[in-house]
Amino acid sequence: MSGSNNAAARVRGLGSAKAGTHVWWTQRLTAAALVLLVAWFAVSLILNAQGNHAQVRAWIASPVSMVMLILTVLTGLWHAVLGLVEVIEDYVHAEGTKLGLIVAIKFFAALLAVASVVAVFRIAFGG
Amino acid sequence: MSAANRPVSRPLSPHLQVYRPQLTSVLSISHRMTGIALSVGLVYLVAWLCAASGKGETYAMFAWFNTSVVGRIALFGWTFCLFYHLFNGIRHLFWDAGYGLELKDAYASGKAVVIGTLVATVGSWVLAFSLR
Repeated sequence: MSGSNNAAARVRGLGSAKAGTHVWWTQRLTAAALVLLVAWFAVSLILNAQGNHAQVRAWIASPVSMVMLILTVLTGLWHAVLGLVEVIEDYVHAEGTKLGLIVAIKFFAALLAVASVVAVFRIAFGG
Repeated sequence: MSAANRPVSRPLSPHLQVYRPQLTSVLSISHRMTGIALSVGLVYLVAWLCAASGKGETYAMFAWFNTSVVGRIALFGWTFCLFYHLFNGIRHLFWDAGYGLELKDAYASGKAVVIGTLVATVGSWVLAFSLR
């Protein structure tokens, strides 16, 4: 028995409604958050990104920038992973390559997520 | 292999080679392409943040690249992708909520996305240069 209408598929949340829509919903939720975050990000970069090293660090170290920058990068990474996985699932049909790429993208996104938080904290609290 | 499960090589729909591009289909694939470009841009943003958190020399390299011709083209391209994906993403969110799905509405919102992207991209660079 295959398809989404069996006991195993129901447990995994496949098929209609339930957790099968989780990825779809998360993509929309991160998108809605990014509408606000990107608006802040674009305005802030125009106003602050052209300064010298000390000015850029002072901007990043301000509490509002810290919070908003970390939120923007982390939400952006989350949204990017969902989008890239969708693209890979659509165009890469060899199971091994597909799985390898998806795992690689998630590992790399985790690396970037931690690196961005460390970088911002280092600027703000590193002295 | 039995005749029943031998792969059949008949053309697949929608058979892009003979499909005339339309505004709606071009904007649709552009959403994916700009999303991929923005993922690369996110890598660059994190690298830039890491550079800013470190010594002056590394940051100076980024500052040099950002103001070089290649760097400016890359940043301008990412600005374009960011506004396009933002505006077209909002269009998608309206569709998800069930609005604007009629063909004429989809074309009208598509045109609005293109115009909005061009205005926001050029406008933000004009603003950034005027603030230098």
